[in-house]
Amino acid sequence: MTFFKKIRTFISKFSRNRLALAGLLMLLLVIIVVLCAPILPLQEPNETNLANRLQKPFGENYILGTDHLGRDILSRIIWGTRVSLAVGIVATLFSALVGTVIGIVSGFYGKIVDNVLMRGIDMIMAFPYMLLALSIVAVLGPGLMNALFAIAIVNIPFFARNVRGATVGLVRLEYVDASRVSGLNNFEIIFKELLPNVMPVIIITMSTTVGWMILETAGLSFLGLGAQPPQADLGSMLGEGRKMVMVAPHVATIPGLMILFVVIAINLVGDGLRDYFDPKLSSGALLSPAAFTDVADNALEYVKAEKIKNTPLQIRNLNTWFITDNEPYKAVNDVSFHLSQGECLGVMGESGSGKSVTALSIASLVASPPGKIVSGSILLENKELVGASLSELQNIRGKDIAYIFQNPLTTLNPLLKIGEQLAETILKHQPVSRGKAYDTAEELLKNVHIPNARSRLNSYPFQLSGGMRQRVGIAMALANNPGIIIADEPTTALDVTIQAQILRLMDELRGKYNNSLIFISHDFGVISELCDRIIVMYSGEIVEIGTVDEIYKAALHPYTKKLMSCVPEVGRKNQKIEAIKGLPPAVNKLPSGCFFADRCDFAIEKCREHNIPLREFGEKRKVRCIRAEELT
Amino acid sequence: MLGYILKRLTYMVPVLIGISVIVFLIMEMIPGDPAQVILGSYATPENLARIRESLGLDKPLIQRYFIWLTNILQGDFGISYSLERPVSDEILDRLFPTLLLAGSSLVLCSIFGLLAGIVSAVKQYKITDKLITLFVLIGISTPSFWLGLVLVLIFSVKFSIFPASGMSAIYGGGGFLDILHHLILPSFTLAVVATGVIARLTRSAMLEILRQDYIRTARAKGIDERKVIFKHAFKNALVNIIPVIGIQAGFVIGGAVYIEMVFQWPGIGRMLVNAILTRDILLVQGGVVVVAAIYVLINLTADIMQHVLDPRIKT
Repeated sequence: MTFFKKIRTFISKFSRNRLALAGLLMLLLVIIVVLCAPILPLQEPNETNLANRLQKPFGENYILGTDHLGRDILSRIIWGTRVSLAVGIVATLFSALVGTVIGIVSGFYGKIVDNVLMRGIDMIMAFPYMLLALSIVAVLGPGLMNALFAIAIVNIPFFARNVRGATVGLVRLEYVDASRVSGLNNFEIIFKELLPNVMPVIIITMSTTVGWMILETAGLSFLGLGAQPPQADLGSMLGEGRKMVMVAPHVATIPGLMILFVVIAINLVGDGLRDYFDPKLSSGALLSPAAFTDVADNALEYVKAEKIKNTPLQIRNLNTWFITDNEPYKAVNDVSFHLSQGECLGVMGESGSGKSVTALSIASLVASPPGKIVSGSILLENKELVGASLSELQNIRGKDIAYIFQNPLTTLNPLLKIGEQLAETILKHQPVSRGKAYDTAEELLKNVHIPNARSRLNSYPFQLSGGMRQRVGIAMALANNPGIIIADEPTTALDVTIQAQILRLMDELRGKYNNSLIFISHDFGVISELCDRIIVMYSGEIVEIGTVDEIYKAALHPYTKKLMSCVPEVGRKNQKIEAIKGLPPAVNKLPSGCFFADRCDFAIEKCREHNIPLREFGEKRKVRCIRAEELT
Repeated sequence: MLGYILKRLTYMVPVLIGISVIVFLIMEMIPGDPAQVILGSYATPENLARIRESLGLDKPLIQRYFIWLTNILQGDFGISYSLERPVSDEILDRLFPTLLLAGSSLVLCSIFGLLAGIVSAVKQYKITDKLITLFVLIGISTPSFWLGLVLVLIFSVKFSIFPASGMSAIYGGGGFLDILHHLILPSFTLAVVATGVIARLTRSAMLEILRQDYIRTARAKGIDERKVIFKHAFKNALVNIIPVIGIQAGFVIGGAVYIEMVFQWPGIGRMLVNAILTRDILLVQGGVVVVAAIYVLINLTADIMQHVLDPRIKT
């Protein structure tokens, strides 16, 4: 990208951040006014006129009044802002320069150089910031330049640390070695390769420190340790004004307001720069999911599928979308299925097929924003879950419907003991004492075959292996013996041997507790071991439903066939394991016709003409393929 | 636990030595005859000779450092020429007011900052969040010495609710309630900036934690949202926030200098500023060493609290 283009994208991105833009305008206004100070029709800032002393603001001749020597405050403010801004900027540049040198040298040379320099920086940071500045002023004596110097020095560590961090990251990358091989010496590497790449870090640090530096130098002047009369910055004007604050408050308050204005402007611009250069830190990048999924008001209106009686769970015409920048990503498209009593229903598909989102939609656990249940009905026995209140959902979650999640390393709270994590769900749903809840928790750990159950209650998750943690996850799901358990790829994150153990455990527990189970996996082998029926999903749609036996014998949909051929079978020699070529279509740009057509070996023109319905195929099977008959 | 504390205590030793070296070297850099500087311009020749000897000015730098270190370890910081009393006595008198001011401020900014940050994160992009973000921006941009003056004008001059200066009433003051009454304005003023910093950090830490898998797990168990926020999310966020509160303690102690000047608070900050203006170097030196050592202790406390909260942190 050319430099000019970079600047243009920067401006367009930056100006979209309205607060930052406002800050920039405020700052530009101040800068233009103070730069024009010599040509503005202002009184001399130091011209005393004792006859007009301590005039109030908005008087005849003095817009902001006069101070105790009759000097025009407006003029003094503008000239004082000039000094304060200049001091702040020079201090920042000085700090940035020295800090960058220390940081780059430290990060580039590493080892002993790094150690010595960084320990030195640590020492400086062991002082309270202001105290070190005071010590420096104590040595150099009061004065504006000395105050500038003191503030610059105490800010060096921030630059040194940030730049070092960035440099260490860069030096590890291969291109530094590459440039050394190409004949650049250390000096050239630092200037040509490292410096341009750590520049954003320097700019961010500058933009966050320049505001403080202006505040702190003003503070030193306020204390009488900075600008000395007749020189005046905003801080010293405030300090002088303080002496007469009871009689003429405006003399002190106006310079303070000016400092506030300037620093707010700078901080707004700084936040904007930070968001631009480091989008990860930007406030918008992290969305915190609400306690339950957003549901469209008229979600139930479009439900067409018929109710099935006496089934523990039925999902009808479910559509769950992720909406970012007003664009819908259709993760779940018109999905309808039911779960029978005591059944294990497998949900199979690649990552991104919508199987997890479907599962999370059931108890409204899809992260929102950006997730939203746009339409559909979820019936638990006869209770409608779509549109249920949070407290209704909370009474169902963990009691009627429990989840087992994928990665046991991240799904348990690292700071709470195992016992507490088990007991809290028992205490939420059962009227028992704490002691009883812990007894039940111990019982649960025994049921999932965790040795030394009693003492394990006092363990933290990090003290357990991955397999053990997933057993805890299973125990947690079983805590209130829920009618329905939804297991979302519970074995994917585990080693193969552990996987087998966990599957055996789940099979055993299903016999014992008699829950209905929804088991999500991309792995036909895993599903076929545990499940009775299978739903195959692709691009948010169900493409096939059938029993494990039927699908094993003859899958109907080409996608199902492909998925199954991805799984190696034990004992069969010379089998061809196929990867499915290509990628599923982006769910914000779904094609018309069959979503799988582009990756299907059997696609014909008719497949792309219009949407393919999910149709009955035989008594209990369904398929979304117009060529199912001819291909089997 | 005890082992951890002992380990951290031993880590403190090099830091304290480093601080003493830096303070010593800074003061060594003062131009001119140190004895003259220490005693001021009206010193008698006898006094000059005495101070030269007690500081060992004829000896080499390293030896002088150890003489000085031995002295301060015994609590001997020398005699302040401007106050004509031992520096240690003056510091002891002024330590409590500063600790009271900075400590109460730190409590205030922690409570308000954490609460504001949590609410802001939970209500992300709602009007509450936007208002808090705006207040935080103004808070961190405010010159505290100016805010102090404005609050005095409003609450002392106009409404006479709080006293404008001092730590206790001149006649019959000094009781708990009297001090509290004097403390409220300065403590609040000092807390404003740090509140903003802590609120900002808490908001982003909470946003980071709220999207973790274990929060979804807690919600999937049906745990009440208040418990999800405080017991599950906030506890985890706090692990990252505590060190920042420790660092803020340093800014609060530093900021106390302004506040003590504005409110005529009889603390170390005001002592330091007056000492610098009168070039009373021993007083500056003593004050800086003591406050820096306290700051190191505060950070040690933060480390220990973090360790208590997060059993995974081993060193």
